Amino acid sequence: MSEKKIGDVILDLKGISLSFGGVKALTDISFDVREHEIRAIIGPNGAGKSSMLNVINGVYTPQHGEIVFRGQHFHKMNPRKVAEMGVGRTFQNLALFKGMSVLDNIMTGRSLRMHSGVFAQMIRFGPAEREEIAHRERVEKIIDFLEIQSYRKTPVGMLPYGLQKRVDLGRALAMEPSLLLLDEPMAGMNVEEKQDMSRFVLDVNDEFGTTIVLIEHDMGVVMDISDRVVVLDYGKKIGDGSPDEVRNNEDVIAAYLGVAH
Amino acid sequence: MGFFLEVVLGGLMAGVLYSLVALGFVLIFKASGVFNFAQGAMVLFAALAMARLAEWIPPMLGIENLLLANLIAFALAVVIMIALAWVIERLVLRPLVNQEAIALLMATLGVTYFLDGFGQTIWGSDVYEINLGISKDPLIILDKVFEGGILVNRDDILAAAIAIALVALLALFFQKTATGRALRAVADDHQAAQSIGIPLNRIWVIVWSVAGFVALVAGMVWGSKLGVQFSLAILALKALPVVILGGFTSIPGAIIGGLIIGVGEKVSEVYLGPIIGGGLENWFAYALALVFLLIRPQGLFGERIIDRV
Repeated sequence: MSEKKIGDVILDLKGISLSFGGVKALTDISFDVREHEIRAIIGPNGAGKSSMLNVINGVYTPQHGEIVFRGQHFHKMNPRKVAEMGVGRTFQNLALFKGMSVLDNIMTGRSLRMHSGVFAQMIRFGPAEREEIAHRERVEKIIDFLEIQSYRKTPVGMLPYGLQKRVDLGRALAMEPSLLLLDEPMAGMNVEEKQDMSRFVLDVNDEFGTTIVLIEHDMGVVMDISDRVVVLDYGKKIGDGSPDEVRNNEDVIAAYLGVAH
Repeated sequence: MGFFLEVVLGGLMAGVLYSLVALGFVLIFKASGVFNFAQGAMVLFAALAMARLAEWIPPMLGIENLLLANLIAFALAVVIMIALAWVIERLVLRPLVNQEAIALLMATLGVTYFLDGFGQTIWGSDVYEINLGISKDPLIILDKVFEGGILVNRDDILAAAIAIALVALLALFFQKTATGRALRAVADDHQAAQSIGIPLNRIWVIVWSVAGFVALVAGMVWGSKLGVQFSLAILALKALPVVILGGFTSIPGAIIGGLIIGVGEKVSEVYLGPIIGGGLENWFAYALALVFLLIRPQGLFGERIIDRV
């Protein structure tokens, strides 16, 4: 990963403020994301990390601020438009299609790229059949990549947590996103699972050149894999820079360890 | 033995009709998590549209062929049900995205009463008939095996054939198409579906259209048997115990649940009725549903509720 080429700014967040009634979730947050980098957003619980991700993804509309994505200016994003612009995401509290198999879950990630008509698909009409097979091939590659071959036909609701997290990642990968938002991909995992997940995140970034924005409250893992880190605390930005800069930032240390009074 | 089979067969045929309505419930619940109380009203509305259009169009266009007139009326009724789905999505579902299920249920109650009234305003409130051109003379089958054979209605056979075709079509749609997969995805998680670019609004229009189509088929078959009248909407509520029995999310469940209830009703009415008094047919389905709620709340084929603690 030393050879990695980090490109221009593709996502620029300017002065984002978000509140729910009287509760300020985010106050005047600005940071940018460069192409091909792994950008982490860290902070203690309740710092506003997930809110930040949901603003980028269009689930929440900020009261103030502007989002610039690939040169286009937005006051608010819309989840579906964002998906069309090539932004994939995973969820902190798994939001998989529980009754469906692993394969079907990941296949849904191809929705935006499938174009055959419903009737053509029903009668397995030639071109529609070929399209399905082509998409299936991509999905099989993702399944191989995530090492979940043996669970293909298992309903995801029955898989252990760590594997469900992988399926969630797989579904987002199936979109072939250029920007991937990961909401606490390692939450609730044991050390071994965290290592696996870190490896997948690095490989995605490395092999597909996908830009990754990653939320995590466990500092350890993040510092090892991120290029740059934003630190939030109580909805405010208290640090931004390389992992080393952030590690030595006094505000960050105070937020994580507390200050002696 | 011949008599028993006749009762069972009669029950199966009634069951097919329940199944057709239950299918509509299951479709919408599966794809949008909404319990659509308006399914019965949609059956009535669709049947009224079909009956009246079949009556109005032939003189207008000078068509004398009954089959052609029915086909045109059916096609127009399909268009009307799709338009209705679109309007419901626009005016009712879209403003309620991500609201509690109970809010959506109340909204469909509203749709029910609106459709009941509006349907009678534009189509009329008499009893109308749908004539599919099937002879009312029953067929006698197996008369070599049993004395007197078994009586079967021709329209019942048609109803069964239509139901089978419809289920095959729906199974293909849900299992083999990307749209079907998207529908199942939306059913499981709205937010996640949006995040991968599945358009919720279009999906809802599609699923309500499909449910409207199913309602039309059910209304047509029922209407041709019993006449198109307000009581259709009430009869349609019999589909509630069917979906409880079969499972809210299972298409095969809706079919088998309908058949079990149809047969159970008839057999219990005929054989138990004289012992514990009549009227069994009216509450048998609900009692059976209650038993199922106690011992197997997800129904026969519903998805097991897997909850991690």
